Amino acid sequence: MHKQTLTDIVAGLRSKAFSSEEITRHYLDRIAKLDDTYNSFITVTAEQALNQARMADEQLANGEQAPLCGVPIAHKDIFCTTGVRTSCASRMLDNFIAPYDATVVENFNAAGTVMLGKTNMDEFAMGSSNETSWYGPVKNPWNTGCVPGGSSGGSAAAVAARLAPGATATDTGGSIRQPASLCGLTGLKPTYGRVSRFGMIAFASSLDQGGTLTQTAEDSALMLQVMAGFDPKDSTCVDKAVPDYCATLNDSLEGLTIGIPREYFSEGLNPDAETAVRNALAELEKLGATLKEITLPHTGLAVPAYYVIAPAECSANLSRFDGVRFGHRCEEPKDLEDMYKRSRAEGFGDEVKRRILVGTYCLSAGFYDAYYRKAQQVRQLIKQDFVEAFSEVDVIMGPTTTAPAFEFGAKGDDPVAMYLEDIYTISTNLAGLPGLSAPCGFVDNKPVGLQMIGNYFAEAKLLNIAHRFQQATDWHQQLPAVVANGTEG
Amino acid sequence: MKWETVIGLEVHVQLATQSKIFSGASTAFGAEPNTQACAIDLGLPGVLPVLNEEALRYAIMFGLAINADINKRSVFDRKNYFYPDLPKGYQTTQMDHPIVGAGEVEIQLADGNKRTVRIHHAHLEEDAGKSLHEDFHNMSGIDLNRAGTPLIEIVSEPDMRNAEEAVAYARKLHSIVTSLGICDGEMSQGSMRFDVNISVRPQGEREFGTRTETKNLNSFKFMEEAIEKEVARQIEVIEACGADTMEKIQKAITQETRLYNGETGEAKSMRSKEEANDYRYFPCPDLLPVEIDDAYIDVLRDKLPELPDAREARFIEQYQLSAYDASILADEADMASFFEAVCSSSGDAKLSANWCMGELSARLNAEEISIRDIALSAEQLGTLIARITDGTISSKMAKDIFDTLWKSPDKTVDAIIEDQGGGVIADSSELEGMIDEVIANSDKQVENYRKATEDKRPKMLGYFVGQVMKLSQGKAEPKQVNEILLKKLNDLL
Repeated sequence: MHKQTLTDIVAGLRSKAFSSEEITRHYLDRIAKLDDTYNSFITVTAEQALNQARMADEQLANGEQAPLCGVPIAHKDIFCTTGVRTSCASRMLDNFIAPYDATVVENFNAAGTVMLGKTNMDEFAMGSSNETSWYGPVKNPWNTGCVPGGSSGGSAAAVAARLAPGATATDTGGSIRQPASLCGLTGLKPTYGRVSRFGMIAFASSLDQGGTLTQTAEDSALMLQVMAGFDPKDSTCVDKAVPDYCATLNDSLEGLTIGIPREYFSEGLNPDAETAVRNALAELEKLGATLKEITLPHTGLAVPAYYVIAPAECSANLSRFDGVRFGHRCEEPKDLEDMYKRSRAEGFGDEVKRRILVGTYCLSAGFYDAYYRKAQQVRQLIKQDFVEAFSEVDVIMGPTTTAPAFEFGAKGDDPVAMYLEDIYTISTNLAGLPGLSAPCGFVDNKPVGLQMIGNYFAEAKLLNIAHRFQQATDWHQQLPAVVANGTEG
Repeated sequence: MKWETVIGLEVHVQLATQSKIFSGASTAFGAEPNTQACAIDLGLPGVLPVLNEEALRYAIMFGLAINADINKRSVFDRKNYFYPDLPKGYQTTQMDHPIVGAGEVEIQLADGNKRTVRIHHAHLEEDAGKSLHEDFHNMSGIDLNRAGTPLIEIVSEPDMRNAEEAVAYARKLHSIVTSLGICDGEMSQGSMRFDVNISVRPQGEREFGTRTETKNLNSFKFMEEAIEKEVARQIEVIEACGADTMEKIQKAITQETRLYNGETGEAKSMRSKEEANDYRYFPCPDLLPVEIDDAYIDVLRDKLPELPDAREARFIEQYQLSAYDASILADEADMASFFEAVCSSSGDAKLSANWCMGELSARLNAEEISIRDIALSAEQLGTLIARITDGTISSKMAKDIFDTLWKSPDKTVDAIIEDQGGGVIADSSELEGMIDEVIANSDKQVENYRKATEDKRPKMLGYFVGQVMKLSQGKAEPKQVNEILLKKLNDLL
């Protein structure tokens, strides 16, 4: 039952092959039985889910047409949910229950989905391995000795282990695409402004974007259809019509020009991963696409620029966690300063503190021009690289990550090594472009992904290409052994 | 040494929008703590700001009123610091690209001279909440009702040279923003607050001295006191250390932020420059730059209400008021329109002006209320004045009637006159009867009058007039009383 895609489940519910309560209960049972291993959920909302499922069944019986009525999904624990804890995987928010839903959550509720629970993540979405969570690391269902990637590691592991058919996620520097690559999933980060950020706890406001982690591109299309759209509550959300993403999934790729940036096949790339990506590109050629080598000359500056801008924004975004109004407050503060210092020292983990410090430093008097202003200039150059590239090609492709999933602790002592994990994904966020990672092969029995970068608001094109690719290949249908052979039940 | 004072003002004006600058919560004053703070004002996780366009329009209107450049692209920045009444840990403000650029206002001084004060810029920002340090048993309370109230901060050039000019400038801004209807002008509720930058230098010196900033003054009176005290303090400090060069003079004064307590008259240092925050300003990524075009500005320009200067000129022209009266009455939009209504109802501009500036203003001051909050209508005051001009009542009676009217605004002027036994007694036979009675009961005074030399007699008349007034309960028409009395007393000679 859990081997079904989200698309299958929509069809199954419509044809009454099973009820929402049945499918929901099935996933809840799997979570109860298996998630001790993966730790992909922070909060499981079993009772609420079953209530939602029963309501959905009633609506389905009455011919309800809400697009995802009765479909169980999981939300990354960065999206605020009324009445259900939203922790952002931080001790700081271990006691935080929002009195509002994120717009994304509201949209899914309106579309009739059932929330299974809130998924684990790197604390405040800061990390690429899901090792920074206050609730402990998430394990990769393909190899439990390895990380699932991050920051949306919980959403990725949950879908990979089929504890949920699909999940929401967020991507600030690669936090959807990298875990998608490491867990063998389809991960879509839409154009900045395509999906509302209201109620999505901010890490770096100018880079954060909500998206999806699913088994297939078709599933992504279904979910994005629900998530995308203008929200008057988010000033950076773009008021632009949302196309029918499913309608163009099967469009021909004949005449498609794919740009291959030479900077994305750099020295650090694992040769087997490169082979997998090259094979995938060859497959796309067979489907009618033409490959064209391009250059994105400022790619090398993306990681340093990102690690100025993102921490700078986060240093201000995380100032509200001060122990005054909500969240963690230290015991018996002796005065205001003591309360600030201890509440924040106790509430935040090391990586979050590191970024707050870096960001505070970069914005300080005397350093602003050298760091923040310079980084913003670099950001413009990176954006310009893409604008020029898209005057010649329809889509840009390369690897999502340099290598498959690494072992726990492998990069624990070296933040820079960890930051380089996002070397191929960060530019996309700096430019605000949409990006997608689709499974394209295996290295050491661990999945790797093909990254596709589209022009602004070209999500439909990315989904179309990924779907056609998935029609021609079966990488996305591979299951972790434990899931496939049913040893897990 | 002769010293010259240099003053620049930063004025915070709360904009009278219905809702806050970045949220839909109400801005009404005086609600129970934290009842007008929504998730956005509280800075809860995940919430986002959306600019209230009304606040933007108000800021532009102010810019147009001071002939400023309106910046077609303005940017909101984050000013970072920790304080419990600052929910997000940063204030959203405008740093490098404010909505209103350079402008100027003209002020008038007591000696009739006019001066121009240049305004460097004015920017939009959000107000913080309030910390309440009383009644919480060693803890502080936070009220976030005010958090997110829209402000414009108006930053002047250091163009003022004494407290009088600074107060005149502050009053002028008050007059402009209330006339525009973009601020309620309620100083006691913090609707306008002043930060005063003060320095002194030897007369004739071109370089500035070291300035101090006295923050958060919320009345013209406190501002005047604070300036005078701070100027005296700076001069004393400089003279005490015998500084005789500009460099030494600048060194003598510590650049610092100061507080002035208007209640106690005490001033103290809050923090020095070394202790000042590094606010780490950067553009707010949650708000896009504000882009406007000429058409947008033109619509606001066309709808701009009458400004105080124009109104003053019109009052002189239309009502033949003196420049002084016109400047007082035209200053505040509410008073100006009240005056005009009184005028049209009374038909006598000069008397209307006198009553508005005299009796009415005295009453407003005594009771510390705004003209918007009084029950007395302009029509009632107009009728009262009309009864003076038509001779029904005397000015003195009018004051008593005004008093009654103030307490019982539901009554009509004519009903009160009736209640008080009618208007002026001008009937000569009635007056003669009263005068006869007074003379009959004043044998001693009549005797004295008769014996007195002619030059002393007019003075002695006062007693008789007083008695008649007493007898008539103040209603006897004085001119006639005088005439009849004089005649009757002279008949007795």
